[in-house]
Amino acid sequence: MRLEPRTHTPLAVRVLAPVGAVLAALALCALLVAWTGAPVLKAYGLLVEGAVGSRFALTETLTRATPLILTGLAAAVAFRARLWNIGAEGQLYMGALAAVVLGGGMLNLPFWLLIPTVLIAGALAGGLTLLGPAVLKVRFGVDEVVTTLLLNFVVLLLVSLLLEGALKDPMGMGWPQSAPVVEAAELPKLVARTRLHAGLVIALALAAVLWLIDTRTIWGYENRAVGANPRAAAFAGMPVTKVMLRTAVLSGGLAGLAGAAEVCGLKGYLTLDLSPGFGYSGIVVAMLAQLHPLGVVGGALFIAGIFVGADAMSRAVPVPNYIADVLVATSLLCMLVAGLLARYRLRRG
Amino acid sequence: MTPVLRLTGITKRFGPLVANDAISLTLHAGEVLALLGENGAGKTTLMNILFGHYVADEGSVEAFGRPLPPGSPRAALEAGIGMVHQHFTLADNLSVLDNIAVGTEPLWRPWSDRGGARKRLLDLAGRFGLGVRPDALVADLSVGERQRVEILKALYRDARILILDEPTAVLTPQEASGLFDTLRRLTSDGLAVVFISHKMNEVFAVSDSVAVLRAGRLVATRRTAETDREELAALMVGRDIKPPTPAPMEPGEPVLALSGVTVASGHGRPLLDAVDLTVRRHQVIGIAGVSGNGQTALADLISGLIHADSGSVTLKGESVVAADPAAMVQRGVARIPEDRHAAGLVGAMSVWENLIAERYRDPAFSRFGVLKRGAARRYADEVIRAFDVRCPGPDARTQLLSGGNMQKLILGRTLAHRPDLILASQPTRGLDVGAVSYVHGRLLEARAAGAGVLLISEDLDEILALADCIAVIHHGRLTPLLPHDRVSIRQLGLLMAGHWDVLKEVGHAA
Amino acid sequence: MEILDVLVSAAFWTAVLRIATPYVLGTLGELLCERAGVLNLGIEGIMTLGAMAGWMAVYQGGGLWTGVLVAMACGALMGLLHASLTVPLGLSQHVAGIGVTLLGTSLSYFVYRLVLPQASTPPTIQPFQPLDLPGALAQTPLTYLAALLVLAVAYALYRTPVGLAVRMVGENPGAAEAQGLSVTAVRVGAVMAGSALMALAGAFLTLSAFNAFFFNMVNGRGWICIALVVFASWRPGKALLGALLFAAFDAFQLRLQQIAGGMLPYQVFLMLPYLLSILALVLVARRAAYPRALMIPYRKGER
Repeated sequence: MRLEPRTHTPLAVRVLAPVGAVLAALALCALLVAWTGAPVLKAYGLLVEGAVGSRFALTETLTRATPLILTGLAAAVAFRARLWNIGAEGQLYMGALAAVVLGGGMLNLPFWLLIPTVLIAGALAGGLTLLGPAVLKVRFGVDEVVTTLLLNFVVLLLVSLLLEGALKDPMGMGWPQSAPVVEAAELPKLVARTRLHAGLVIALALAAVLWLIDTRTIWGYENRAVGANPRAAAFAGMPVTKVMLRTAVLSGGLAGLAGAAEVCGLKGYLTLDLSPGFGYSGIVVAMLAQLHPLGVVGGALFIAGIFVGADAMSRAVPVPNYIADVLVATSLLCMLVAGLLARYRLRRG
Repeated sequence: MTPVLRLTGITKRFGPLVANDAISLTLHAGEVLALLGENGAGKTTLMNILFGHYVADEGSVEAFGRPLPPGSPRAALEAGIGMVHQHFTLADNLSVLDNIAVGTEPLWRPWSDRGGARKRLLDLAGRFGLGVRPDALVADLSVGERQRVEILKALYRDARILILDEPTAVLTPQEASGLFDTLRRLTSDGLAVVFISHKMNEVFAVSDSVAVLRAGRLVATRRTAETDREELAALMVGRDIKPPTPAPMEPGEPVLALSGVTVASGHGRPLLDAVDLTVRRHQVIGIAGVSGNGQTALADLISGLIHADSGSVTLKGESVVAADPAAMVQRGVARIPEDRHAAGLVGAMSVWENLIAERYRDPAFSRFGVLKRGAARRYADEVIRAFDVRCPGPDARTQLLSGGNMQKLILGRTLAHRPDLILASQPTRGLDVGAVSYVHGRLLEARAAGAGVLLISEDLDEILALADCIAVIHHGRLTPLLPHDRVSIRQLGLLMAGHWDVLKEVGHAA
Repeated sequence: MEILDVLVSAAFWTAVLRIATPYVLGTLGELLCERAGVLNLGIEGIMTLGAMAGWMAVYQGGGLWTGVLVAMACGALMGLLHASLTVPLGLSQHVAGIGVTLLGTSLSYFVYRLVLPQASTPPTIQPFQPLDLPGALAQTPLTYLAALLVLAVAYALYRTPVGLAVRMVGENPGAAEAQGLSVTAVRVGAVMAGSALMALAGAFLTLSAFNAFFFNMVNGRGWICIALVVFASWRPGKALLGALLFAAFDAFQLRLQQIAGGMLPYQVFLMLPYLLSILALVLVARRAAYPRALMIPYRKGER
């Protein structure tokens, strides 16, 4: 048996690859569920029900998907230009930080001005956070994987420092949390009496815009060329360094926006557990989507469903809700293999 | 006498391409068999099957009367087969001794017998006259020295059959004749040698018998003494390919002038050292030299990828300062890169996307940052037709094209715009004979239309065929231009090896 | 004066050696993988799994050395998973590594929660005790093991046939194959061995440095090891030196925190190791002599 590159990958294969990967991951994790002693089918049934079984479950999943779409897009645009941004978690917190600083009463603006200001500031904060490692990469050849990973820890410590110091909420009963953002900075709710907020609309719109940029503009054209073969792109006269830095600001900006939207749309204030690893899950989302901006939406919905569903499931059967993280990790690894099968076909001999 | 090696009915397909079609060959001890054929005829594939890098779809290999299990370089080594690859398989950051000793000891022995290995290596080196320094890093060796290491690697493992894949491609003529001496020593010691080549004169210089491959098929085997050039040429090519015959032309005004150009390397001697060079319209200037002597830096400089640290670059009379590739394209420089896969094309993108890569910002192809995809595709269609690129269409993925068609794509991208200067770096490396003559024809056409051509090639035959004037590059220094009819192959070889006192003999104008 | 006192005190150097141990082991493990041409970003997850598995084995009644072996076996298995994806299949080492880290971490937490659903304060075990030696030599056996392993890895890489094979597949896999070696076997083996060492680094945390398993216990140590490998130019001796320097700095900032604690928030001190790692990368990046085939998959017979 050997692998042979496909001359072209049909759309069906591109769609089926992540579906197959997810099914394989579910099958593998069924072994873990069975190990806990819980009935596998019932547990998975509870998971699905908890994710999409009711109006409430559905809105929860969509709420959870909102930051995942944004971090998924962050990973997708970066990976496509072969910028290995593993620091979306830190960029997300920087965005959230900017949001609570500007939205916490410092600016006295009407909501239609304040909301865009706060969100753009969040995106800028995230973008600048990734600009540092990107500059180190293009100027000094420092591998961005390690620098972005390490910056995640630095940012979390910075947030912790500020939450215990300058930004500490005087009304917070001593908890390390910021003061809430003012009402004019809060994103409107999409469905009454749920947590679903306008951040979802922004995320969906951005996915569509990024897809258009990718396929229709010279920006997207340059990004794809630089990502696929930077040497050939440079030879042809494309501004490789500029593309890299531009991509870094965009990718970090999307992650920062995720943080700002979580603060303004959902939590209202900043704590150290704002993100349960949205930055890292975004990588899985992007891979499931095969780095396609529209696919990211599907990937994010799936991952969000797993997390929301697993929480519900773990309340009913004795399966720790970490099963969700295991499922996500397994999906990523299965997707890697599925992606290979999508690009190559298996031949005998 | 029983053959030491017997290949029977070897067939190998890559997708729709039949690289080897039922090939059978025999080789005897003490014999040099030349495997002759054009690029793409299937010589390297055949030898890679023999050595176990590829698995044949059909057929079998027998060494010293025993069948050789397919797909195992280890089995080939153990059967006494050694291979010197066209692209050396050496690790630059390891020592000569490490490169030779790796894999020769039982893997799980808790120590390496380095003393023994060194002694054995030096013995062999002495016996066959292949001087090496065991502790030198491979990175510090010249191309000729590296080839010696490759041969010693095979001998160290008691190879009785030695396969050499295009071994002279990277050597000066003098080094090549040194290699032939070595091969004669080896065969007198009882070794058998397979010598892969596409050059006729080498076949007659070194082989006892010759097998000719064409388009994957074995078309003939002959005793070398019983055949001649005409017969072999006819067998090898199958049709009449006329060598290019550039009509003499009066050189025009200069399009490119380098004066005292130096490019530092950051350590040691500079990549380019006070280079002077002028290229005029209607002129092909050939740059000859052994690889790694500054050709890449020269090409990168003209491509706009690097800048001169001192000296001046003038294009069409205008001084060029800190140009980038886009600016070079704007100024009418057509650039054919040395490595079309790595630098020329983005394999994962479509043909049309590659064709507009140098001018996608032109109003013809984009407006307000939005690509005009329809216009770009129509343009691609035209270029595909004008340059005879064989591909399913503008949307085909570029990496699926053959090497020849990729090169036509690059020619189309850059020659369609009537350039003033053409930089052609190794423009025919690895192409089959049809594509080679196509590329040569296009370059000469452009010369006739008024372009100046700077041809950088390691293939001396190519330079001799095309160039009006030749300059030799060695250690980053460039000789003055030598008219092609006033300099001999022997003199070029000596210049390539750095013996510049020959210049007096040539009596150049300067 | 106080700073000098710190530097000459035995307690300081005891702490340096203790802090350095997981970095030494993790860096050695990553170095082995990278020398064979495979970047293993699974290190953070493998360390977490090693910490959990080693601790769990002891908690379930196994001996301490049994815990060490269980941890290393788990590490080797994760290495096998990583290598299966990245070596014969040639998949992205970045993504596979992140995947292994996510899997190792989540699996550790899952198993820990499954076995101890209700534990609010983490249960403890009796960890390795320091040997009865004077001064800074009073270390646990795992620290001594780490020192031995540095010698062993250095010897193996530079003085044995298998070490030469590892270096060769990391520099030029095609050349290794032309010499009859199986690139796949050598790379998979190196990644498994390296991953076992990473897991040992994790196990040191729960079996020697502390006596319990916490969430987020590895806390970026794995990523720092990756930076240390670059800093060490892929050499075991320099890796030891780098880890010691780093640990000395870390121990020093801990002491400084006690002395100058009031002046700066403690988070500033905690940031320093990460910032220092980034700085180290910037300083050596220009002259880093990467193994030539690092991150480049090798597919036999591909054209």
